[in-house]
Order: sequence, then structure tokens, then C-alpha cells
Amino acid sequence: MEKNVVHKYLRKNKKFPHIWCPGCGHGVIMSSMLRAIDKQGLDRDDVAVVSGIGCSSRTPTYVDFNTIHTTHGRALAFATGLKLAKPDMTVIVVMGDGDAVGIGGNHFIHAARRNMDLKVIVYNNNIYGMTGGQASPTTPSGKKATTARYGNIERSFDICELAKATGAVYVARSTSYHVQALEKYIHRSLSKKGFTVVEAMTHCPTTYGRLNKIKEPVAGMIYQKDHFIMKAAWDKLPEEKREGKFPMGEFVDIEKTDFVSKYLRLIEANKE
Amino acid sequence: MSVELPKLGGKFIQMEDEIGSMASIIGASIGGLKSMTATSGPGISLMQENIGYAVITETPCLIVNVQRGGPSTGLPTMPSQGDILQARWGTHGDHPIITIYPHTVPEIFEETIRSVELSEKYRIPVILLLDEVIGHMREKIDIEKVDKNKSFKRKTPDVPNEWFFPYERNSSGVPAFADFGEGYRYHITGLVHDVDGFPTSKPDQIDAFMKRMFRKIDDNLDDILDWEEYELEDSEYMILAAGCVARSAKQAIRTLRDEHGIKIGLLRPKTIWPFISSVLIDKAQDKKKIFVPEMNMGQLLLPTQRFASSICDILPFNKINGEAIYPHELVSFIRRNI
Amino acid sequence: MDKKIEFYESWCKGCGICAAFCPKGAITMDKMAGKPVFDEEKCIACGLCELRCPDYAVIIKKKDKE
Repeated sequence: MEKNVVHKYLRKNKKFPHIWCPGCGHGVIMSSMLRAIDKQGLDRDDVAVVSGIGCSSRTPTYVDFNTIHTTHGRALAFATGLKLAKPDMTVIVVMGDGDAVGIGGNHFIHAARRNMDLKVIVYNNNIYGMTGGQASPTTPSGKKATTARYGNIERSFDICELAKATGAVYVARSTSYHVQALEKYIHRSLSKKGFTVVEAMTHCPTTYGRLNKIKEPVAGMIYQKDHFIMKAAWDKLPEEKREGKFPMGEFVDIEKTDFVSKYLRLIEANKE
Repeated sequence: MSVELPKLGGKFIQMEDEIGSMASIIGASIGGLKSMTATSGPGISLMQENIGYAVITETPCLIVNVQRGGPSTGLPTMPSQGDILQARWGTHGDHPIITIYPHTVPEIFEETIRSVELSEKYRIPVILLLDEVIGHMREKIDIEKVDKNKSFKRKTPDVPNEWFFPYERNSSGVPAFADFGEGYRYHITGLVHDVDGFPTSKPDQIDAFMKRMFRKIDDNLDDILDWEEYELEDSEYMILAAGCVARSAKQAIRTLRDEHGIKIGLLRPKTIWPFISSVLIDKAQDKKKIFVPEMNMGQLLLPTQRFASSICDILPFNKINGEAIYPHELVSFIRRNI
Repeated sequence: MDKKIEFYESWCKGCGICAAFCPKGAITMDKMAGKPVFDEEKCIACGLCELRCPDYAVIIKKKDKE
């Protein structure tokens, strides 16, 4: 019997169900990633999945590729070294929001700036879920976290805008509800050379959800369905109607030579 | 290295910070390359977290630390030996480590090669600890002495991938390293893991893993430890010193022997961690006193006291003013104290 | 349409996402068991429940008619 696409890439020596809470969107992002990899037709020996620390970073444990679970925020720096050593390997970097643009913010902007050929998937649940629900750099203003009990008074990062400004060649956002678009964007990012970012919005029923009254997984997905609007429609939306809504879709899709390709040329030109 | 590496097909990258530098050399090593980074002062503190990651994942790599005075930004670029204990215990948690401490420029050249070999052989990060005095010194190196065709290769798996256990408990204590992309799809994590590489919280598996990490070093001390004995044969007194202080000590020993008739010699650890404890115990037996001069407030003194305080008197000499220890200072200190 | 719904109960955590977003109302949650019940008659094999299942516990197999 032919295996289901997702089951095909799960590690057979790992116990399922996985560690994530009931209804957590992370599982949906992981399956979207696996379908996209399958669609791209990659040999699994030539795929590496690198993560940092946090809920999202449990992904590599479950998938049958070359996998590394690194330190908090540093996944991109580890992946940079790996990519230099193995230029032909597809290196996918999965990170949470706090992981990617909080503790790992410096690595994020510089990996984008030097256009490392890394395929970033940010699982954005707007909170540090695993460590106890602390506010992350993407916790929206006014929303609650265990370290922002009266509502977050900080401004939040827009990860896609940040990726765009720092030089990513492909930037897209989808949600765990908009699963077909999510798979499509990840697939597109895999087919591109250079630093790509797919921001996958995911609902966190356990910490973010409880604190912000969206604790049922279904409610989390309904929120995504109602609040995320395709870019084309968003662009036409008058400013006053954008309040509380977020754009999704493909924001950047350009061509630029990546770091490793340039370095290999440099080696060629200076070889003794 | 940014000039020389591309010519040889090697890769160089300037990362955004020292945390990233340490992370990227681990990533490169996982991809099968021999990799290294170099830093000083605050940079080595920033690298500590990922040095621990290299220890627990048993990823070979080399970290060069040219010590400066500290703490914090401290004394750039003035000499100090303030990182001796940090090299041993800088990253959190109980762990083994190898640290090599050369004392001349040609020795840095030789010991760098040995450090990389030890790192690959025992799957452990190796810290090459240097003094600023030597870091900024120019001396002759005989490159012809090095056999360029001889290159140490890490042990890679010799079983089909289905039978491969990335953290196997074999008799050597060192599992084979499968470079990524070679068909052995496995998991690497900074969490304590079992033989299959996946995290574990089972006490028996944790115990076996932790003990193997120490055992692979403890069982191979004959190969890892290295030291120099200078004028120790007939000596009544002994200096224990490393790095540039050992150079001053050698000069002081010449003066003390030739001009003052004092029978004194030097024991110089080249491998500083693990410590040369059995050598020290052996050499201390017939000594009246051991002098431990160092450019800190007593970091080498601690292991010396631990292993030799019941055998003979141990006297520290400490200097932390940003200057090297000069031979004449040692001569007068030793003459006053015998 | 010929189809087969495969459901792996021990992987299911009972979150209810499959039932909530089924376009044909072919899935209901068994309140006592906390697990979904599939109505094969109503199912059009769109596969959305499979795509959105966070636990890979439901697989919809479509068999094209010869």
C-alpha cells in the first residue's frame, strides 16, 4: 500500500502523536512543509532541517531528513555553516517567532542581508509558547502574555516586512487555516535560490489562546480565517478598515545571486 | 584565512557575531569540513553556549582564544592568563573538554594541527589557548616539516544506514561521525540523547551518555596529554608554568642555575585540560617546593594544589597588571622564597 | 466518487478542527469519546480535514473511477 505523503516522511522510530498540544497549528505547518518537499521532488538525503529552540523546533525530531535541533535563536548561524560545507543541500530552517526575530534577530537580518540560500519557515504563534507564555517580538500591541499581563505596550515586528527590508528574495505569509496557500508558498520557496522566508501564522491554544480568549483550537483557526486577508484585497482596503486585520500572500519574489554561489565563483577565480 | 582559504578551495565567512561564528563552525563540521574560529576577550564568552553544544553533540571543531586581560572589554590587547579556568568550565553543565596551550609561534603551528586531530579523533571541541605575548610575536616556522599529504580523517560509519547509531556506545567511547548528506539521516540535538540521537530523560540512558562523554577522554589520556620537562632531572625545586610565562621561567632557570647554583627545573603542560595530574604527582615527589607563576590570581594553582599540596609546598606568583612576567622577577621571587 | 476515509484514533487528540471546517458537515464530534465521526455519504473527499489535521490522524483516499 502506498503511504500517505505526510506519513512517508515521518520518522518510523518516533512515537506519535507528537509532543504539540491538542489543536496546535504547528502540526499543520509541518505537514504543509512535508507536502511541499514531496512536490519539489527532493531526495531526502539532500535535505537538512535545522531548528532552534521552542515548540516549532521540535519539528526536526519527527521528520526523516538530516536534522539538527540547535540552540535558541542560532539555527540560521548553524545552517549557514552547513550550507557552506554542503552547497547542494537544501537547508530548511524552522524557527518560532521569538527564536527567529527575538533572540535570533541578529542572525535573521544578516542571513537575509548576505542572501544565504536557506529556506526559512517561521512558525509564528505570537508568543514564547514552550517557556511559559512570555511576550515575543510579534505579540501584538494590547494582547496579553505572562510577562504582559495588562496587555503588551510594545510595538510588534512584522516578520515579512523585516525580511523584505533586509533583502530576502522570497517572502510570503499564510496561516495554519489557509493550508493550501501555505503549502504553495513553501513549495515556491523551495524552488528558489537565496534567502526565503515563509511566515506561517499558527494558533497557540494553550498559552496565547488562554490569555487572549481564543483558547479553543477551532476558535484560533476561525480568527485566522476572519483576520487574514489576501494581499490584493488588503491593498484595496481603506486604512480605517485595516485595523485588526493582517495581509497574507506573496510579498517578495525576486532573483539575486546567493552568498554560496558567489563564494564558489571566488574560489574558482583564486584557485592555486 | 580570508586570503588563504579560497586559494585552497576552503571556505571563510565573517559572521555577524561570535555566537554566530561558533554556531557556523559547528554547522560546517556537521557538513563534513574541518572548521575553526578565533577570538579574544568578550568573544570567547559569547561562544561559550555553543561550545557546550559542540561538546554534547560531539562535533569536532577548533576554537582559538588569544587571552587578554579582563573581565569585560578589559585590556585589549595586553597579556593575561585569565581564561585558563574558563577554557575548562566556561560553558554550563558538567562536561569534558580539551585545551592546548603552546608557548612559541612554531609550537602554535604544530599544536594547531594536533588540536584539529584530537578534535576529530575524540569528537570534542578543542580550545587552543594562547597568550597575547605570543599571539603578536613573529618567530620562524619550518613549514617543510609538515607532511602536507597527511591529513587526519574522522571515523565515519562502516555499516549500512539502517544499522547506524549516531551515538553508539562502543569500546573506544567515540562513535563514528556521519557527515550530513552521506545517506545517514539522523538527528542531532543539544538535549541529552540516547544512542539513536533522540532526546531522553531516562536516568539509565542519561547516565550512560554522560559517562561515555567523559570516558572517551579519560581512557585516552596517554594520547591527549602532552608536556615539556626542562632541567627537571636533578632539580630540587620546580616551576609549573604555561604559555609565555614558561619562556620567562626557562630564562630564570638558566640564571638561577648558572649564577646562583639553585637546582630548579620547569614542568610545562602543553595539554592544559585535561590536567597532567599524574605527571605532576610523579614530578613533585622529590621537590622541596613548586612555584606557580601565572598572569592571573591563581588559576593553574588550583589543580596544582589539588594534586600536589600533600607532597610539597606550593608557592604562587601572580601578576595582573597587563604586563608579561619577566625572568628577573621570577629570579628574585624564587631566591627570596627558597 | 469512490473514496476511503482512514482514521487513526490513537493519533487523534480530539481538537475538533476537522469537524469545524468540513464544507459538507460530514464530520461530527462524538462528545463522549472526544473523537470525530465521519459520514461517508456526505463526504466529497475534498481532503481539507486531512490537510488541516495537526496530528496526521485522518487520510482521505480518492479512487478515480475507471
